[in-house]
Amino acid sequence: MAAGTPKWATWLPMVAAGAVAAYAITKRQGPPRPTQHGTGVIADRDSDTRRRLGGLAGIHVEEAVTVSRPPSEVFRFWRNFENLPRFMNHLRAVSQREAGISHWVARGPAGMNVEWDARIINEIDGRLIAWQSLEGSEVSTAGSVNFRETPRGTEVRVHLQYSPPAGRLGAAVARLLGEEPTVQIHDDLRRFKQLIETGEIPTTKGQPVGGRR
Amino acid sequence: MKAVCWEGTDNITVERVPDPAIMNPRDVIVRVSSTAICGSDLHLMDGFIPTMKAGDILGHEFMGEVVDIGRSVSNLRKGDRVIVPCAIACGHCYFCRNEMWAVCDNANPHAAISEKVYGYPAGALFGYSHMMGGYAGGQAEFVRVPYADVGPFKVPDHLSDEQVLFLTDTFTTGYMAAENCNIRPGDTIAVWGCGPVGQFAIRSAFLLGAWRVIAIDAVPERLQMAAEAGAETLDSMNDDVFDRLKTMTGGLGPDACIDAVGMEAHGAHIDYWYDKAKTALRLATDRATAVRQAIHCCRKGGIVSIPGVYGGFIDKVPMGAAFSKGLTLKLGQTHVHKYLSRLLRHIENGDIDPSFVVTHREPLEQAPRMYRTFRDKQDGCVKVVLKPH
Repeated sequence: MAAGTPKWATWLPMVAAGAVAAYAITKRQGPPRPTQHGTGVIADRDSDTRRRLGGLAGIHVEEAVTVSRPPSEVFRFWRNFENLPRFMNHLRAVSQREAGISHWVARGPAGMNVEWDARIINEIDGRLIAWQSLEGSEVSTAGSVNFRETPRGTEVRVHLQYSPPAGRLGAAVARLLGEEPTVQIHDDLRRFKQLIETGEIPTTKGQPVGGRR
Repeated sequence: MKAVCWEGTDNITVERVPDPAIMNPRDVIVRVSSTAICGSDLHLMDGFIPTMKAGDILGHEFMGEVVDIGRSVSNLRKGDRVIVPCAIACGHCYFCRNEMWAVCDNANPHAAISEKVYGYPAGALFGYSHMMGGYAGGQAEFVRVPYADVGPFKVPDHLSDEQVLFLTDTFTTGYMAAENCNIRPGDTIAVWGCGPVGQFAIRSAFLLGAWRVIAIDAVPERLQMAAEAGAETLDSMNDDVFDRLKTMTGGLGPDACIDAVGMEAHGAHIDYWYDKAKTALRLATDRATAVRQAIHCCRKGGIVSIPGVYGGFIDKVPMGAAFSKGLTLKLGQTHVHKYLSRLLRHIENGDIDPSFVVTHREPLEQAPRMYRTFRDKQDGCVKVVLKPH
């Protein structure tokens, strides 16, 4: 992010689109707390936003990782949403529908798929991508990812949000990211870092072990 | 293939297991020609390292011939003779690019475990618990080696296995321990523990220009081996180490102290029995006699270098002594990749022949017996090399 651009400005477009409606419930009510990277002022803005949009159930996750690759490369990798299921375990597939519209298939519980279409609602080359499910989708979801050049590489900050509808699908959406959504996204970002820095995700699955296990 | 497996505390076996296969594009498979038992393997045998699982294949000191190559590896060919660093490192993260190979950010598939325990993802090692990656080790006929385009290091044919094998860990670890002492002409270095790492730390300290090295251990043949390298020796069971060190150094104390013992220290003092009782009751995880002594004995403004392995928590650390003397502590797993060219040159120049440390050569099948022999320091055992084929 360029110097002088307040942090909230980059995901404000999502807010304007009503995308983070669920923030209020998932974050505990009470006096505003600084976010992990933020200042008191920014925390207050978040809090305002939450109050304004509060009241809906949902999941909001914010996680960040720093990768030793240039922002332009990291941006290009994310901009191709079809790459996301390579490291985001809850996604089965993302495919390009038409310009700016993508189709997302996520793994729900009990083998069921949860699907929706999303469109890009903001894009700043090398700095920001934000997307949101189309109006009328069964799943109301949004996400944004910011890219910031730091002396240690590109800092990638992800906001992801799901507002579950009512009913059986709602339960499936609520469990998309498991019991601990922050842990899930944290693990996803670690895999992303491994993939973009080394070209592969490390594994020991299927390696030889002794027979008495 | 045959492999040495950990089946539980004090339960090391040799088993038939499936052969390893290429799993990622940067992998190779190595047919192991020689593999050694490391002192740190004894911590696994004794159940001091958490997150081991029954059936895990042990071994992080091994070398051999490349027999299969992943599609992204272009710098190796089948038939290449390589040693493989015990630390698994991706070569591309911030840490690898700054020569901190042992704390690679990407190599550990089970990073979540160490993030919980240590706060950040630990690096990865072969055959050294799931917290440290869970990779199958090299005490086997074959082994899968990840990131083979940056790890395996080709060695010349005119050097024997025993001359180059310890580049994988033991020699390198002793060398880094000595390098961490920032040795200047006139320095006296005290080394706790004359096992294999201590032996290499002693010789490396001389290579780096130490004036004197004082070696501390309780095993006569190990002290003898240290003396052969030119070290003066102290018997930790019979000498008062602090008083003797102070006298020997004319009241100054050693310029740097190396703890090449780690978490399973033995000692003659009350604190040994205190640690022993606490670890038995699971109130502490590591026994810390050596590091306490090292901190206590080091001269003012000196360096305590710790290649000995610690896994959890210790207490009764003389922090006040460390603070008031203005000590520097340097520790951690060895950044093996960083030292390979330099140490191979020392071997080729004849500055050091690492094969001096080998006391036992056995077929792989003898691993369970040799683990015990090594742990119990029987039969003059200092270093065991196993032959899988």
